[in-house]
Amino acid sequence: MIEHKTAGYRLFQAFNYLFFVLLGLICLIPFLIVLGSSFESESVLRERGFSLVPSHFTLLSYRTVFELNTITQSFLVSAAVTVIGTFAALLVTGLLAYPLTQKEMKLRGLILGYVLVTMLFSGGLVPWYILITKYLHLQDTLWVMIVPYLVNPFNLFVLKSFFETLPKEIIESARIDGAGHLRIFLGIVVPLSTPGLATIGLFYALTYWNDWWLSLNFIQSDRLMPVQLLLKKMISNLTFISSQVDTSHFIQVPSNGVQMATTIVSIGPIFLVYPYIQKYFVKGLTIGSVKG
Amino acid sequence: MRQPVSKKSNGKAGFRFSGTGVLYAMALPGILFFFIFSYLPMFGVVIAFKDYNFADGIFGSPWTGFNNFEFFFTSPDLFRVTYNTLFLNALFIGCGTFVAVLTAILLSEIRSRIGARIFQTFIFFPYFISWIVVSLFLGTFLATEKGIINQLLVEFGLSRVEFMNRPGLWPAILVLVYLWKTTGYGVVIYLAAIAGINPEYYEAARIDGANRLQQIMRILLPQLRPTILVLLILAVGRIFYGDFGMIYALVGDNGQLYPTTDVIDTYVFRSMRTLGDMGMTSAVGLYQSLMGLLMVVAANWLSKKLSDENKGVLY
Repeated sequence: MIEHKTAGYRLFQAFNYLFFVLLGLICLIPFLIVLGSSFESESVLRERGFSLVPSHFTLLSYRTVFELNTITQSFLVSAAVTVIGTFAALLVTGLLAYPLTQKEMKLRGLILGYVLVTMLFSGGLVPWYILITKYLHLQDTLWVMIVPYLVNPFNLFVLKSFFETLPKEIIESARIDGAGHLRIFLGIVVPLSTPGLATIGLFYALTYWNDWWLSLNFIQSDRLMPVQLLLKKMISNLTFISSQVDTSHFIQVPSNGVQMATTIVSIGPIFLVYPYIQKYFVKGLTIGSVKG
Repeated sequence: MRQPVSKKSNGKAGFRFSGTGVLYAMALPGILFFFIFSYLPMFGVVIAFKDYNFADGIFGSPWTGFNNFEFFFTSPDLFRVTYNTLFLNALFIGCGTFVAVLTAILLSEIRSRIGARIFQTFIFFPYFISWIVVSLFLGTFLATEKGIINQLLVEFGLSRVEFMNRPGLWPAILVLVYLWKTTGYGVVIYLAAIAGINPEYYEAARIDGANRLQQIMRILLPQLRPTILVLLILAVGRIFYGDFGMIYALVGDNGQLYPTTDVIDTYVFRSMRTLGDMGMTSAVGLYQSLMGLLMVVAANWLSKKLSDENKGVLY
């Protein structure tokens, strides 16, 4: 780019780097404190509190996490919700986004308006809650954590813009060859849109993995508790863990440590894939913001 | 790819399934989704005018006129939760926009592309963490006995601060946490807008002798204005909606903090789950939805006024 060689600008550059190093640290430090504390022994955690570097390194918290059925079950529930939810949401969103890009669909303006209205006005929590519990009877099922998030209007519009960037000629020539729309969608549009679908899929996966609103409202049984709700329970009720443990095994149940370790394990999947998937998110956000 | 489909096999039902009909069939699950989870609850607003009980359901419960509204509108809660919702959201929007724009500009001045990418990776990371985990992070800082801040205060010979019963501190705490979690998101969007600015503008300004700061003030910021306005207007349109996921995760059921942190959404959740008064809660929800709609219409009208085309941000 343009060269700036004034001393003032160089000084600014130095400070700017320093600023971002600090900012990066601020963004990471809470994570590092929890990571450090998850390896700390319970007695130190209780007496001295959280710390960046554990003074008595132990894996006891992690062992407890992986041995406690409540916790492993929660991870399974979250994983199932995330995997099934992401694929189902991608399917329904994609199937709705594709027709909205086809000119021969005369009512597509109307359908767009129909979706837009849902972004402008909502019936509120109560009717929605009553609908799901009293009329759909979805409470305390795996589905209640999946179905209400199947189509996110924002994701729908991003995916629609993705489909619109595909060369129209391919679809038109397939139409002339007599291929039906479903066949075109599955055989041409989906394979050509893998970057777009990956982006939206990751948005959905993140939503499902991090969500606790649906489980907070509709899940009562411990068997179906996703990991975010489990963490919420652990935070608001420290004795929750001891109530799940056969205390005869422990001198002291590592409640604090288990909280930390569960948190780390719950961020683990995100943390591991984050460096590789970040660019997809950036792409999705950029398209979304351009299109509104 | 070219596999001619020879037979026109789907003519059976008198409706060509390979034609436009299949498009509607594909769209159907999505259309049904919005009908069930968005439109049906809209009709459910009648609950606000009913004395709802679970056994009789929506249709069987008796009508009660505006009684549900009277209760909420005459209680001091109305002002408190409305004020908190608007005040906190205004803080989030104002501080959030300022910090994200500033950070994006500073990041665009980092000339090493790898460096800029690494910094962005760090700043964007908190966006991927759930509010529950953020609340645990916050706890490690604010806990009265074990928290990092109080450990440091004691280290320096100062007395501990009991953050959990100091409501006055919480708007500031919430803003800081909000900035921590969402700045990266804004930076990504603004950075894309900055990258889209035609470099010839800078070139021309440089030839005219403008320094970097002048280029930022006279070129970059005006070019960024439309993006900032769109995001601002969308945010203003949602100003009556508190971030339940955030507030309830961070504050939870700590009643001492309600005076400054209780927003409409947490209030609605609590009165539904703990009081179980569906009619009254539904009235509050309807109040929120109508005010929200009003704000969206106003925001869109404003964006229409501000833009050159005769089209708002939304419609």
